[in-house]
Amino acid sequence: MDALWILASTGLWDAVLRIATPLIFGTLGALLCERAGVLNLGIEGIMTFGAMIGWLTVFSGGGLWTGLLVAALCGALFGLLHAGLTVPLGLSQHVTGLGITLFASALSYYIFRLVVPLEASPPTIAAFRPIEIPLVAEIPFLGEVLASQTAPTYLALALVAVMGWVLFRTPLGLAIRMTGENPHAAEAQGVNPLILRTACVMAGSALMGVGGAFLTMSAFNSFFPTMVQGRGWICIALVVFASWRPGWALFGAVLFAAFDAYQLRLQSALENAVPYQLFLMAPYLAAIGALALMARKARVPQALMRPYRRGER
Amino acid sequence: MTETVLRLSGISKRFGPVIANEAISLELRRGELLALLGENGAGKTTLMSILFGHYTADEGEIEVAGRPLPPGRPRAAIDAGIGMVHQHFSLADNLTVLENVMTGTEPPWRLRANRSAARRKLLAIAERFGLRVDPGRRVGDLSVGEQQRVEILKALYNDARVLILDEPTAVLTEQEAERLYATLRMMAREGLSLIFISHKLREVMAAADRIVVLRGGRSVAERLPADTSRSELAELMVGRRIARPVREAASPGAPVIAAHGVSVRHREGTDLEGIDFTVRAGETLGIVGVAGNGQTALARLASGLLAPEAGTLTILGRRVRQPDVAALVRAGVGRIPEDRNREGVIGELALWENAVLERIETERFSRRGIVDRGAARRFTQEIIDRFDVRGGGPDHRTSLLSGGNMQKLILGRSLIDGPSLLIAAQPTRGLDEGAIAAIHTRLLAARAEGAAVLLISEDLDEVIALADRVQAIAGGRLSPSIDGAAADARRLGLMMAGDWSAAGAAVADAD
Repeated sequence: MDALWILASTGLWDAVLRIATPLIFGTLGALLCERAGVLNLGIEGIMTFGAMIGWLTVFSGGGLWTGLLVAALCGALFGLLHAGLTVPLGLSQHVTGLGITLFASALSYYIFRLVVPLEASPPTIAAFRPIEIPLVAEIPFLGEVLASQTAPTYLALALVAVMGWVLFRTPLGLAIRMTGENPHAAEAQGVNPLILRTACVMAGSALMGVGGAFLTMSAFNSFFPTMVQGRGWICIALVVFASWRPGWALFGAVLFAAFDAYQLRLQSALENAVPYQLFLMAPYLAAIGALALMARKARVPQALMRPYRRGER
Repeated sequence: MTETVLRLSGISKRFGPVIANEAISLELRRGELLALLGENGAGKTTLMSILFGHYTADEGEIEVAGRPLPPGRPRAAIDAGIGMVHQHFSLADNLTVLENVMTGTEPPWRLRANRSAARRKLLAIAERFGLRVDPGRRVGDLSVGEQQRVEILKALYNDARVLILDEPTAVLTEQEAERLYATLRMMAREGLSLIFISHKLREVMAAADRIVVLRGGRSVAERLPADTSRSELAELMVGRRIARPVREAASPGAPVIAAHGVSVRHREGTDLEGIDFTVRAGETLGIVGVAGNGQTALARLASGLLAPEAGTLTILGRRVRQPDVAALVRAGVGRIPEDRNREGVIGELALWENAVLERIETERFSRRGIVDRGAARRFTQEIIDRFDVRGGGPDHRTSLLSGGNMQKLILGRSLIDGPSLLIAAQPTRGLDEGAIAAIHTRLLAARAEGAAVLLISEDLDEVIALADRVQAIAGGRLSPSIDGAAADARRLGLMMAGDWSAAGAAVADAD
């Protein structure tokens, strides 16, 4: 009974939105890159770096929004590195992306250790506080769930709509999708696929950086090197689950977060009747299951992972 | 005289040591339909790619309507009113017709794409030129002919005044090609200027107002259709006389492959329903038909990739129940698949690897599980020598060969051991005149040596030239056979349309 009762608690859904937020940023970022035809496996490292640099900015006296901005800029720089290697040079997107993940993760830890000597408990910052919206707070249930959310969560939700609009309603989005489907066709229409791909990878990577920064600046208030914990890889899977559509990406992120939040509460509700490792596994198993169901119908951008070279088919 | 809308002067382009274009000059007048004729590798596509800004010329200038065109920028070419219809369509399959057409036509920073206006404009153009399409359809769901229409509409949507079509009929059926040329002539009457690239003499003679012949990267001649002939054009194009070989009478032996009431389910294409055919030793059976009527399933059936679901199929005296390619290859069945790049060879592999791939497990090329490279290379060299494969030795990458030489490699590997049965599916598709003559000679020689040849082709001239008997394939069914000597284009056309009695096909099969 307790198991079902948890579903109706505001505490659960409050946690769901909090867990989902970095996934939404990361998934939208990966989705943008892939819509333009570039797989960005640097995501795990870029999120780690975003988490570190956002935290560090605030720790050294910067504002919270400055922290997010710096995380976005650093993400864009890693994006530029990834795009530089994979777009004009046409290197393997897998290998380059994994390399960037290793590089960015290691660099994060290195910089962190330069600034913060080894201590028992990592230093903290004053993270984003929940914002109260006057009328919304009055709504039963939803009001309570939203009451504890911070500004970046609202930013993530707004970005879903913006991304959907840009991709499917604007000339720019059409050009991006065409580049991901067939860069030769895009070029024949006067679009420059190299510039567009580079720009998309940079913008997408900036979102990944922000997603990482959310972890240290809102979900928690300190940085530790392993904190991204595979969230980047989950985002890559969510893009496929969402069939490269932003609205579905939101749904997938919330679904995964719900599993995660639910298993945490179920663990304490069932009190060791079942080994907790099984619960930890549950969201990932659910993700694989959902992926298996959805991926069949997914329409992969046709030119994903295919480098574009002028005049070559 | 009408105005000149396009002038190319002294265009030269080299790729490393290869001269693709040398000092080519060309003029196009308003309302003119110009054919650019030449063999594969004559420099036609390079020239047009320079015009459209895909490449930058080493030398020379382009003027559109009297104004110089900045080189190397497709957008500049589009803005100057040049539209290009590529041979391999530049379309995104997952996007709709409308999306394909309107990409890149609006300023990118606009907050909202104006779909309804774009849709109206597209439909108006489609109406004006009789190019009917449904703007909301996904391009990947359209037929090849429809996709080409989208390519043309894309150019017209960009207000093209000059339209360039690269081998526009290479992928079209006979009927679609005729309709296309009717449309192109109408466009010319409406004041557009068109250049189409082709190596098909019949088309060029029938459709063009003026013909420019390219050979070896140079412009070698200019003719009006009224003042020239197919044979003269062929000679100008190739640089020497080329005669296609002539079939001599045959005396067929015992049946090598025989199908009775065979039905096949083919997931990726048309099924076969109760087909009957027989090919005897020393005989060529031609199967004509419009693309997509079951040719693919038939070729796969005869090659052992598919097994009959109903009826009996006997190959070399053995009843076929299970798909078993390896057994057929061992028994002496040679195969020329219809898509040489996808099924015929693996482009990334060396010539020798492709040459022995289907026999890699035999004692001849491997010992105790280890490939005998020496034997494989010698075998490949023999194919190269005997079948005149040019463009590389046994260790070269196969994708570097031209289409004709790749086909000669496939033909050589199938014919070198004197097969009992040869399945030739679209053996000369996309090849130039010289290569076609060479392939035809080989096919006739194989027949003369006693092979049974099953020739599946969309090219009527080819079937008439090579086949002793002809059957038509339509909607997955085979017509009764008619004698090759009695086959002409009109009669075959009726048979391909499924009108078998009007074509006067024999009621009973020949055996």
